[in-house]
Amino acid sequence: MSISTQDAPKSVAARMIATGTHQRVLAFASLIILLIGFSIASPNFMQTSNMIAILQATSVNGVLAIAVTLVIITGGIDLSVGTMMTFCAVITGVVLTYAGLPLWLGVIAAIATGAGCGLCSGTFVAKMKIPPFIATLGMMLILKGMSLVISGTRPIYFNDTPGFSEISRGSLIGQIFPAVPIPNGVLILFVVAGVTAYILNRTVLGRYCFALGSNEESVRLSGVNTDRWKIAIYALSGAIVGIAGLLIASRLNSAQPALGLGYELEAIAAVVIGGTSLSGGRGSILGSLIGALIMAVLTNGLRVLSVAQEWQTVVTGAIIILAVYADMLRRRRSA
Amino acid sequence: MTFLVEMRGIEKRFPGVHALKGVQFDLRAGEVHALMGENGAGKSTLMKIMAGIYARDGGEMFVNGAPVTPDSPRAAQDLGIGIIHQELSLMNDLTAAQNVLIGREPRRSFGRLDEAALNRQTAEIFASLSLALDPRTMVGTQTIARQQLIEIAKALSYNPRVLVMDEPTAALNDAEITELFAVINKLKADGVGIVYISHRMDEIKRIADRVTVLRDGAYIDTVDAATTPLDKIIQLMVGRDLAHVIPEFPDTSRNAVALEVRNLSRGRDVRGVSFDVRKGEILGFAGLMGAGRTEVARIIFGADKRDAGEILVGGQPVDIRSPCDAVAAGIGYLSEDRKHLGLAVDMSVRANIAMSSLATFTSKAGILNEAAMQKTALSYIDKLRIRTPSDLQDVRLLSGGNQQKVVIAKWLLRDCDVLIFDEPTRGIDVGAKSEIYALLEELAAQGRAIIVISSELPEVMRLSHRIAVMCEGRLTGILPGGAGTSQQDIMTLATQRESAVVEAEDA
Repeated sequence: MSISTQDAPKSVAARMIATGTHQRVLAFASLIILLIGFSIASPNFMQTSNMIAILQATSVNGVLAIAVTLVIITGGIDLSVGTMMTFCAVITGVVLTYAGLPLWLGVIAAIATGAGCGLCSGTFVAKMKIPPFIATLGMMLILKGMSLVISGTRPIYFNDTPGFSEISRGSLIGQIFPAVPIPNGVLILFVVAGVTAYILNRTVLGRYCFALGSNEESVRLSGVNTDRWKIAIYALSGAIVGIAGLLIASRLNSAQPALGLGYELEAIAAVVIGGTSLSGGRGSILGSLIGALIMAVLTNGLRVLSVAQEWQTVVTGAIIILAVYADMLRRRRSA
Repeated sequence: MTFLVEMRGIEKRFPGVHALKGVQFDLRAGEVHALMGENGAGKSTLMKIMAGIYARDGGEMFVNGAPVTPDSPRAAQDLGIGIIHQELSLMNDLTAAQNVLIGREPRRSFGRLDEAALNRQTAEIFASLSLALDPRTMVGTQTIARQQLIEIAKALSYNPRVLVMDEPTAALNDAEITELFAVINKLKADGVGIVYISHRMDEIKRIADRVTVLRDGAYIDTVDAATTPLDKIIQLMVGRDLAHVIPEFPDTSRNAVALEVRNLSRGRDVRGVSFDVRKGEILGFAGLMGAGRTEVARIIFGADKRDAGEILVGGQPVDIRSPCDAVAAGIGYLSEDRKHLGLAVDMSVRANIAMSSLATFTSKAGILNEAAMQKTALSYIDKLRIRTPSDLQDVRLLSGGNQQKVVIAKWLLRDCDVLIFDEPTRGIDVGAKSEIYALLEELAAQGRAIIVISSELPEVMRLSHRIAVMCEGRLTGILPGGAGTSQQDIMTLATQRESAVVEAEDA
C-alpha cells in the first residue's frame, strides 16, 4: 500500500508536541518563572538552605505523585496513597519499635506492605471489576482504620532505632560535598523518579501501563493478560508508596497513625500540573516531579513573602485549574 | 479434504437475543470466503467465536480436522487465527510499531524493551505490505484509512493461517481498496484462508471465491461467488426481492428555500461554499474523502467555528455559534460516527430517542414522564422497524443499522426542518439501506429539507434530487439528480483540482 510519508515525524520538536511533552515544557517554564519571580520578590528565597528546604518538602509528595502517576496513566486513579503511606509507616513502627528487629527489615516491611496493599487494590480493580475510584476509596478508609487499630491510635516513635531518621534527614551527598548538604530524602526522591521513569519508558510493564490507558479492550484482544499487568502496576505503585511511608516516618521520627488523609489529593494535583492525562494513556514521571516541585515552591515562596497559609491553598487550587486549562487550549488548537 | 477451519451447529445466546442458531461455516486454505448477511445476522458474532473472543454455547469447531475450543484471543492466535476488527482497536497514544507488536514486544533481560528491534520488525512488516510509514509515528495522528492499514499489519504480524477481516474497506477509498486487494491476493497465494465480511456487494465479485449467507442468526446457504448473480445473493440475505427502480423525483424547484449558505469558509478545509436546499428536497453531497463535506455540515450545525460566511434558515440570517443554536434554528445533524457522537450507547433505546426532546416529556414540576417516552419510543421502534427486544434494551447491544435508526428517531422527534445525514448507511447492510432510503424520501415528502453526505456514488445518485460535488474544500458544481447525471460527471467535478499555480501559491 504505497502511501506517502508526509505525515511521518519530521523533527524532534514536532514529535515532542505529539507526545504531550509540550505540557511538561510548559510546567517546567512555569517552575522557572516562579523561581525567578520569588527571587526578585524576596532576597531570602534564593538561599541554598531555602532551596534545600523546598526539595525536602517535595520529597514525600513527589514520591507519592510518582506512585499515583503509574495508576493514572493506566486510566485509573488511586485515592488510597495517603493513608497507605501512613499504614506502611505504622507497620515499620511495629517491626522496628515493637518487635525490635533490625533497620533493614523495617525498610523491607514498608515496601512489601505497600506492594501488598497495591496488590489488593489492583485485584479489586482488575479481577473484581470495581471502578478504581471506588476500590481505592475503600482501601483509603480500610488502611486509615487499620493504622489506628494497629497503633492503638498512638504515634509509634523510632527512638530505639538510631539510624532510622538518617533515611530522610541524613545527607550522603553532604558527606562528600559539604557545600551542598542535600538530604537523603531528596536523593531517594530522585532515585525513585529515575528508576520509575526507566520502568515506564523502557520495560514491558511501562508499555502496558500506557497501552491500558489508551485502549484496554484492544490490549486484551491482542492476547495480553491485562488483569495480571494491571495488578502488577498497582503493586509497583504501592511499593513506591511504601518508600514514601519510610520517608515521612523518618522525617517525623515517628509513625503518626492519624496522618495521611489529604496527601492523595496533593499527589494527584502534582500529577495533573505535570501534564499527565486523567483519562489515561499519556503522562510522565518528570512531569509529576515538576508538578510536585511547583507546589512546594509556591508554598515556600508565599510563606517567605508572609502570605497567609489560607491563601497559599487558594493559589494552589487556582494553579491546578490553570494548568489543566492550558493543556486543554493546546489540545483544542492541535485538534 | 480437511478444512482449515470448520464450524458446525454453532449456538450463541445473548440476553434477549438468540444470536446464532446452529450455524455452520468452513474455510479452505488459499480461498477468500465472504460472509454476508444483514446487520444483526450474526456474522461478527460467529467470527468472534472463531477468534476466541466469545465462548460458544453449543456446536463444534475444528482446525485442520482437530476439535478445538479457543477460549481467549491468545488461544485463537496460537491456532493461527487472526482477526481485524470492524471497530478500529488501536491505542492512539502509542506508536505504530508499539501497536503492531503489542503483547509480543522484543524484550531483553528484566522485562526491558528492545525498542530498536521493535521498530525494525515493524518496518519489515510494513515493507512486505509496501506501506511507507515510519514505525515511530503516533497512531492517533493518522487518518482512519492509515490506521486501518496499521491494524492489518498488526494482524499479519502473527503470521496467521486464517485471517478474518470484518469490513476492512469501510473507511478506505478506491485506490486504497485496490492496494488492500493486492495484499489479500498475495496472502491467498501463500495459502492463507481469508474470511471477508463486507456490505459492499461489488467487492464480493472482485475478491471472493465462495459466499456464505446468514440471516437472523441462521445459516442460509453457501454459493460460488463467480457463478452466482449478485441479485441472488441479495435475495438470500434479505429473504425477499428488493425494489431497484429509481423513483421519480418530485419537482421542488418552486418550493421555499429552507436553508441557504453563502460563502462559507474555514481555513483550508472549506473555501467559499455557497448552496441552498429547498423544502422537500434531498441534496446529495458527493466527493472524495477529505473533500470537506463533513466539515461543511459541522459548520452549519455549529460544531465548528467558521472563518466567514452566512447561514440563512427560511430566508432569515441566523447566527449559529453552537449545536444548540442550530437545533433551535431547526437544523439536525446525524454524525457519521454515531457510536461516539450520536448515541449514549450505555443507555436504553427509549432514553436515546427522548434524549434531545426531554423538555416535551417533562412535567411542570420537572418530573420526566416515562409513560409518554415509552409510547413515543415504541411508536418509532414500530415505524422505523428497529429490531430490539424492548425499548429498554441498551443501545450498545443493537446492530449498526438499528443504532442508526435510533439516531434517526431521535432527530425525527425533534421535528427539525433541515436534517443533515452524514454517511447515513455506513456499515449498514443492503436490506436496511433501502429502508433508510425510503425513510429519507418520506421525510422529504413531508416537506423537510434533507442533506445527504455519502461516499458511495450509487447512494448519492439513488437519493439526490440535486448533487453538490466538492473537491479540496471547494464546491466544484451542483448537478441535477436522476438519470441525466452519470458517475463520470460526478467524478470529473470531484477531482477538479485547482491549477498548479494556485496550489503553489497556497503552499
